[in-house]
Amino acid sequence: MRIFDPHIHMTSRTTDDYQRMHAAGVRAVVEPSFWLGQPRTSVGSFCDYFDALLGWEPFRASQYGIAHHATIGLNPKEANDARCREVLDVLPRYLAKDRVVAVGELGYDSMTPEEDDVFAAQLALAAEHELPALVHTPHRDKLAGTRRTLDVVRESALEPGAVLVDHLNEMTVDVVAESGCWMGFSVYPDTKMDEHRMVEILRRHGLDRMIVNSAADWGNSDPLKTRRVAETMLAAGYTPDDVDRVLWRNPVEFYGQSGRLELPETQAPGASEGELVAAGATFMGNSVLRGARE
Amino acid sequence: MTPTNPTTSTDALAEVASDPDTIDRHFPAAARTAAREGRDGDAAREALLLAVPGPAAYVVDVVRRVYDHGDAAERRAVLLALPALDAPDRPDPIGDTALPIVRDALRTNDTRLVAAALGPYAAAHLDDDAWRQAVLKVLFTGIPVEQVAGLADRADDELARMVRDYAAEREAAGRVVPPDARTVLALAHRAD
Repeated sequence: MRIFDPHIHMTSRTTDDYQRMHAAGVRAVVEPSFWLGQPRTSVGSFCDYFDALLGWEPFRASQYGIAHHATIGLNPKEANDARCREVLDVLPRYLAKDRVVAVGELGYDSMTPEEDDVFAAQLALAAEHELPALVHTPHRDKLAGTRRTLDVVRESALEPGAVLVDHLNEMTVDVVAESGCWMGFSVYPDTKMDEHRMVEILRRHGLDRMIVNSAADWGNSDPLKTRRVAETMLAAGYTPDDVDRVLWRNPVEFYGQSGRLELPETQAPGASEGELVAAGATFMGNSVLRGARE
Repeated sequence: MTPTNPTTSTDALAEVASDPDTIDRHFPAAARTAAREGRDGDAAREALLLAVPGPAAYVVDVVRRVYDHGDAAERRAVLLALPALDAPDRPDPIGDTALPIVRDALRTNDTRLVAAALGPYAAAHLDDDAWRQAVLKVLFTGIPVEQVAGLADRADDELARMVRDYAAEREAAGRVVPPDARTVLALAHRAD
């Protein structure tokens, strides 16, 4: 089984996690830039963080046979701190990098006017840099925040198919399904979404534009939740090909719009022994690393 | 979302030669452009750095900025290009003025950067203390010593002492002494 975790904050995880993830089938990840618990107070600390997401962290992941990519952006919480606003000025430099596969995480935290401005400005940057956007939905007042998010996306230059709206639940999935955006679900031990509810949502909405992630970070979270969803899908009667679609081909298709994925050779379910494929990742400039460490 | 009208390597080189600041835009994209053209990304990035016109002091300022703003692959490409920027047939070779970049890379724990920093440029310019520490770091981090340029010429008694101590520490802990440690010792003794 091959797994692509499209949202995981590896900076906060240990090398043991990388080993367990590889053993569970994870071969590729996307690490969105976000807040770190402790608020930052200057552009310099953002630059060091972005540099780590494009330097040290991919190196660390490669030692465990996992391809690491990043999304870069100014998160909504810190968008409210005037000292962090200048981050917008350095973003173009980072959005030009090889392994940056989207702008993000963007969106709303407290739905302030500052968050409106920073969100819209970064959707414009995504269009300019021909990148998709990863959008976080707020923890508080979630349905209203999701509706407002979709309004801002509609007013932007991005097609709905270039936007992934994340951290959805039973209350917010319908409006995003209607919008044409991709639907992201973060499967957590206690909060957000769990694997059984996830499978029920897949049963009701189908597998199209569905993205499942662990969103593991410095809080109570589990980097193997993608694997648990795969097992729960199989137990519920889904085929290995269905699992491959949700946990590999869908995220590859979404982030592949960047043309910047660098994926290891992997084996699709049902492929003959030794038949390694990249599930369409060769399209539009994405590359496959032949003979990459397995 | 692939570039609708992509820049070619030839266009990028011409732009950098006439307006060096455009390297900030061309250098990050150079490996993707090269891949589309079936070329090597590191070579394409070296060509961009060599295209920056002007005296060595100006060129090194640009090289340092490109390195500081680079991701790991860009930084590695800058390190690999240093010998070419210092080639004697250049109008104004950079000499030892890019050593701060080499020292920065040697402070990292990214083996790709450490290995790239220990090419012919470091062999020619890096001081003995820093160079010996770097060779020891190569042994520690498992980088093949054959990737260290000029090892046979620069391995000396002091490096041999450091490597002997390292081997003794490994043996005292019941650990295997890597064969590369023996290689360095053999080269150091041959140099006597």
